[in-house]
Amino acid sequence: MSALNLRRLGAVARKEFIHVLRDPRALGIAIVLPMIMLMIFGYALTMDLDRVPLAIWDQSRTPQSRELVSRFEGSRYFSVVARPGSYAEAEDTLARGQTMMALVIPVEFGRRVASGRKTQVQVLTDGSDANTTTLALSYADAIVRNYSQEILVEKARRLTGRPPALPLDLRFRAWFNTDMESRIFIVPGLIAVIMMLITALLTSLTVAREWETGTMEQLISTPLRGSELILGKLAPYFAIGMVDMLLSVLAGRFLFDVPIRGSLVLLFGVSAIYLVGALSLGILISTKAKTQLLASQFAFVATFLPAFLLSGFMFDIANMPKALQAVTYLIPARYFVTFLRGLYLKGTGLAQLWPECLLMVAFGALMLSLAIRSFQKRLA
Amino acid sequence: MSTAQDAFAVTLRDLERQFGDFVAVNRISLDVRQGEIFGFLGPNGAGKSTTIRMLCGLLEPTSGQGTVAGLDIRTQREEIKRCIGYMSQKFSLYDDLTVEENIDFFSGIYRVPKEKKAQRKTWVLDMAHLQEHRHTRTGLLPSGWKQRLSLGCALLHEPRVLFLDEPTSGVDPLSRRSFWDLIYQMASEGVTVFVTTHYMEEAEYCDRLGLIYRGELVALGTPGEMKGSLMADQVLCVSCDRSHDALGVAATVAGVRDAALFGHDIHLMTEDAEHLAPRLRQALEAAGFQVGTVERITPSLEDVFVSLIEARDRADGAQQEFKA
Repeated sequence: MSALNLRRLGAVARKEFIHVLRDPRALGIAIVLPMIMLMIFGYALTMDLDRVPLAIWDQSRTPQSRELVSRFEGSRYFSVVARPGSYAEAEDTLARGQTMMALVIPVEFGRRVASGRKTQVQVLTDGSDANTTTLALSYADAIVRNYSQEILVEKARRLTGRPPALPLDLRFRAWFNTDMESRIFIVPGLIAVIMMLITALLTSLTVAREWETGTMEQLISTPLRGSELILGKLAPYFAIGMVDMLLSVLAGRFLFDVPIRGSLVLLFGVSAIYLVGALSLGILISTKAKTQLLASQFAFVATFLPAFLLSGFMFDIANMPKALQAVTYLIPARYFVTFLRGLYLKGTGLAQLWPECLLMVAFGALMLSLAIRSFQKRLA
Repeated sequence: MSTAQDAFAVTLRDLERQFGDFVAVNRISLDVRQGEIFGFLGPNGAGKSTTIRMLCGLLEPTSGQGTVAGLDIRTQREEIKRCIGYMSQKFSLYDDLTVEENIDFFSGIYRVPKEKKAQRKTWVLDMAHLQEHRHTRTGLLPSGWKQRLSLGCALLHEPRVLFLDEPTSGVDPLSRRSFWDLIYQMASEGVTVFVTTHYMEEAEYCDRLGLIYRGELVALGTPGEMKGSLMADQVLCVSCDRSHDALGVAATVAGVRDAALFGHDIHLMTEDAEHLAPRLRQALEAAGFQVGTVERITPSLEDVFVSLIEARDRADGAQQEFKA
């Protein structure tokens, strides 16, 4: 086997570019789909909880109870949407999904607070979604605790003439994502998932299409080599993939306001390596499937689902069962998600992320050689 | 390689291909001389395409040998691909590319030297009469024009052997005729043409023919030889009224091996036309038909193939009865 011929490779690449540029569907998948996915997931997949719909039944109607209500009203985590006048009404708002939580202030609340006695307030919640409920409860707890602390402080000041020093004071500071906004965490992972899906989906069609239309029979009757065909086919999709990457990074920076703390050169360099792997996986699927429908379905299942569910993008890998955790090591998106989050959020470079980068290089090399080898230059 | 071997552009020795239990090509042996137009004939599914695909290095033979341009079809497939042109049964250029882009693509794939590229492109455009349509998307061309472009792309690198698998199927008769003019032109320039077809009038254009039926080579020779020595039966042409009804009567006359309608005439296969003719006239007139001429004719290629294939079927049938 002599070395691959650049002229033949170039002829294939040029033809593939023309195919893509003249096929509005391919262009749509290539450019529009990633942007739509970024919008949908970027805006919808926020895990922050704010403006929890709340119902308040204030039976006390005293300055003390109004103070508590105003604290809930003033919080950005709650939005008071209903003022029921009975338990039945409060429960009804929960059942209809109008509210997620109902605060019930008892009749004696104002009197007991004023006289410095222990008082109870009740919270009813819709516990269907355990995570959200826990989060909302902790917000409510914080508001109530805060209010009760102030009452104590006020009482102590009246007795001693000066405010008391609190025994413990938690000073809290979040690193990397200082405002703790989940989109800053989600967008980098999302880029990894989108890249995997789009690229594999695009290339999964290219070889299968030639088998379907019969042009492959003509191609394999020529001196064209498998490596020239595969690399030539990769070229335009690699270019598209890098454009997608650039668009995603720009959208992340300017639409979602996600800062990039690491090196841009490293970001695009490693993305290029990941792209080669993902594109080659698509080609590998395409050479095996031989029909476009089968190839695209298989590409979807083989790339999107694992990248979405097992890469650590949606679900924390550390919380998965041990067996599933082992599986995630086989998902290249896992390494890219880790890499992108590190680079975006913490500004880490190769010093910390070299194992991920090395594994992505290995994945790219393996997929490319498998794709080239799996292409058989013969019928049947 | 000896010079005698070099005289052949294509050789097949006991070439066989099976798909599972099905024998698609059954031990075929033949030689095609340099510069010859060799026609490979047979009904659909007879094994024509399978044979051509083995010769072009697209399929591996199950057993047997073969050479193309002196190169082994088992061990030198990639070398073969450099010096052959191949046109598959299905149109296989890119519909979304323009005429010119298709030519450029194949010119790149075949590595046509830079200095010859422009000249070869002009040659193809002229040959295919597509100069004015060079910027047209190939998918918009009528099928006859597409076939000419396919042929042009297969000839860009000036191959020594050209394989055409049913190049004119689905093409109108006028385009078919002009396509064969191109094939003649190629052959006159020394290109060996190996062409499959199931059109009988195209078979007449070939220098030599091979008839393939159910994977086996049934007959091999020039069109003239086929009609003469290879034809065991003689053909009687009978013209009479109500020929459709008369066919049933004629078929039952002793000595008639087979009877078929050809237009308004009846063609009868027989071993001895001279003795059959008067008996046949008698039988038909006795049955109330107005008989015109009864004469022995030179068989057409179609007669020959029908007769050869039916002889093969009879032999196979006898063999099967014997086995049972």
